[in-house]
Amino acid sequence: MTRQKRSHHRLKRAVAPYLYLSPSLLIIGLLMLLPMVTVIGYSFQNSAVLRRDPSFAGLKHYQAIFADPVFWASLWHTLYFTCMSVVFHMTIGMVFALMLNSDRINPTLRNILRVLYILPWLFTAVIIAVIWRLLLEPNGVVNSVLMQMGIIGSKVEWFSSPATALHAVTFANIWAGYPLFMVSLLAGLQGIPRDFYEAADIDGAKAYQKLIFITIPQLMPIIISISLLDFIWTMQVFPLIWITTGGGPIYSTEVLSTYTYKLAFSSYNLSQASASAVVILLISLGLTLLYIRYQKAR
Amino acid sequence: MMFRIQPAMLKIAAAAWLLGATGAMADTTLEFTQWWEPELPAGSLKAIMNDFEAANPGIKVTLVSGPYATTRDQISVGAATGTLSDVVGLDGAWVNNLNAQNALADMNPMMDASGFDKTQVADIIKVDGKAVMFPVASFVYPVFVNMDLAAQAGVTKLPSTRAEFLEAAKKMTHADKNQYGWVLPLSLQTPSGVQNDLMSWVWASGQSMMADGKPALEGKPVVDMLTFVKSLNDAGVISPGIATKTEQEKVEEFVNDRVGMMIDSLAHVNLIRERNPKLNFDLIPVPVVENYNGKRGLPYASWGIGISAASKHQEEAWKLVQYLMSEKVNAKLVSLANAFPGNVNAKPDFVTSDKAFAKAFEIYKTGYLANEFTGLPVAEDLMTKFDVEAQKMLAGEQSPEQAAANAQKGWMAKF
Repeated sequence: MTRQKRSHHRLKRAVAPYLYLSPSLLIIGLLMLLPMVTVIGYSFQNSAVLRRDPSFAGLKHYQAIFADPVFWASLWHTLYFTCMSVVFHMTIGMVFALMLNSDRINPTLRNILRVLYILPWLFTAVIIAVIWRLLLEPNGVVNSVLMQMGIIGSKVEWFSSPATALHAVTFANIWAGYPLFMVSLLAGLQGIPRDFYEAADIDGAKAYQKLIFITIPQLMPIIISISLLDFIWTMQVFPLIWITTGGGPIYSTEVLSTYTYKLAFSSYNLSQASASAVVILLISLGLTLLYIRYQKAR
Repeated sequence: MMFRIQPAMLKIAAAAWLLGATGAMADTTLEFTQWWEPELPAGSLKAIMNDFEAANPGIKVTLVSGPYATTRDQISVGAATGTLSDVVGLDGAWVNNLNAQNALADMNPMMDASGFDKTQVADIIKVDGKAVMFPVASFVYPVFVNMDLAAQAGVTKLPSTRAEFLEAAKKMTHADKNQYGWVLPLSLQTPSGVQNDLMSWVWASGQSMMADGKPALEGKPVVDMLTFVKSLNDAGVISPGIATKTEQEKVEEFVNDRVGMMIDSLAHVNLIRERNPKLNFDLIPVPVVENYNGKRGLPYASWGIGISAASKHQEEAWKLVQYLMSEKVNAKLVSLANAFPGNVNAKPDFVTSDKAFAKAFEIYKTGYLANEFTGLPVAEDLMTKFDVEAQKMLAGEQSPEQAAANAQKGWMAKF
């Protein structure tokens, strides 16, 4: 083989993977990168989208949203909503997964519970929002039951009171999201070799010691991966909050997604909405990089 | 049998093709974007367009229809990119923004050139002196009263003033039975409750939330209205869940005998009857302040129409607008929509055939249409800002005066 042929062959080998990847790269570029870059561009323009000749605004829109107390309230609500959701998704998911993996529960009952526990996952965000609005409305079932049990003395406006609204939407989101953890952890539990537990039994380990020293360490890769993904997804939740409270009452459930939506479609300030969207993008990007680093380290 | 093509047949075919081709080339196709078609009986708007095409040979109309919110977003983007349809369905709340983008044509020259009789239209929405929108159909917002609940509560005379309304609402309220006198939807998801359920009290008494084209929320009319609403809330006559209640939920509560009175669109009459055929209700105008005897402002929402400034067929587009605003066609359209006409001479058929509509038409004729949000910049944003301050007031965080002052501050930033 001549030198020229060899170099041609090497070039072909080097280019071939990119050619195989090109359809996916093209789709990613068109559907993800292009809109992302466009939105970043809008955040530096005055009257973005609304004017055909928008002028350069520099960091003006970022300064405007950072000076807005509602933005900081939204950021705080987003963090509260996300952290509480992830912690409770994980805790409830773990408890239910352990329950479904336990030999002490009758297999028939286990199968029934498996179906029941996974139900919230089958509903769309809109259905979940409507269900919880009906349940938690002042004249709804929850108030009625709590009043009959003597837990509350008068009707609580769960979604309409600034004191309870954020907790109420977080609760609805916890209910909607734990099955992801449950299913993932159940799969992980079924993959832990039984030898570990047998060895622990021989050593006289108690149930909680087996949980702390065997089960949780074995599940840790799944817990971290799913927690990071859940954090990213929950941070961007929009329909559940929009349909239940619309970001209110006052601004008590305003999160970054509803704040951005209102800027875009209520104020028609698409430049500031883009700046807010870029902030969400940066936070999500940070978490995604963390996730990728963790996956690589494994 | 062999089929032979005769030269004469060829000639006829060629002539037919030529006629068709030139005819097609001569046709002007108008694009008409609106949200009305899905809200009208199936095929009815298309039938009106077919009649228009028959009356105006050479003009074709393509309907671009979608739900209200989608249409709004589509029009915003179309205005920015210069791709707005020739004729557009408009909400009064949008026109200021669209005008700022120079997206709407001034219909004044078209009216003058065609000798259009301006006295036949109920209103012409103007921004910066430009005639940008005609209300084609108006949906008024009277007070719906559950007559059975009123009778049970001993309300024999339906309220005409705010004080009477408070008294009637108190009588109709039985919180232990989940029954309340009034319902107020102030969800931030759709802040139109500010326009329909709050400001309507101001307009009903012939008052205004504006002064010299600027917000005047700290003035007596708005502060008095907020004080009145606070007194209703303090009296416990408003159905709970105000801050997240939507218009649909308001109607549901009324339909299910859970509230005695609500301010609502006349467009919901048929829906209410469908949901609860046994419901015995009547319509009254929005009550007024004490000793007010003038004409009552009647809140309304409208299907407006305008022409794109970028349209290459403005002459044809104007023909379509004129057609829809003409007496007979307008009457036909509003009869289908259960709305009140944009042409003052048009008389919809439901007015004579239906008691509730007849009553509403009477209220409409004795009052005047009032919606000061029409033509304001970012009207929905203004409603949201007012909504938040009203919610704070109802939560006991501030007084009506403070709510009005804070809302004024928020609004001024937008003007």
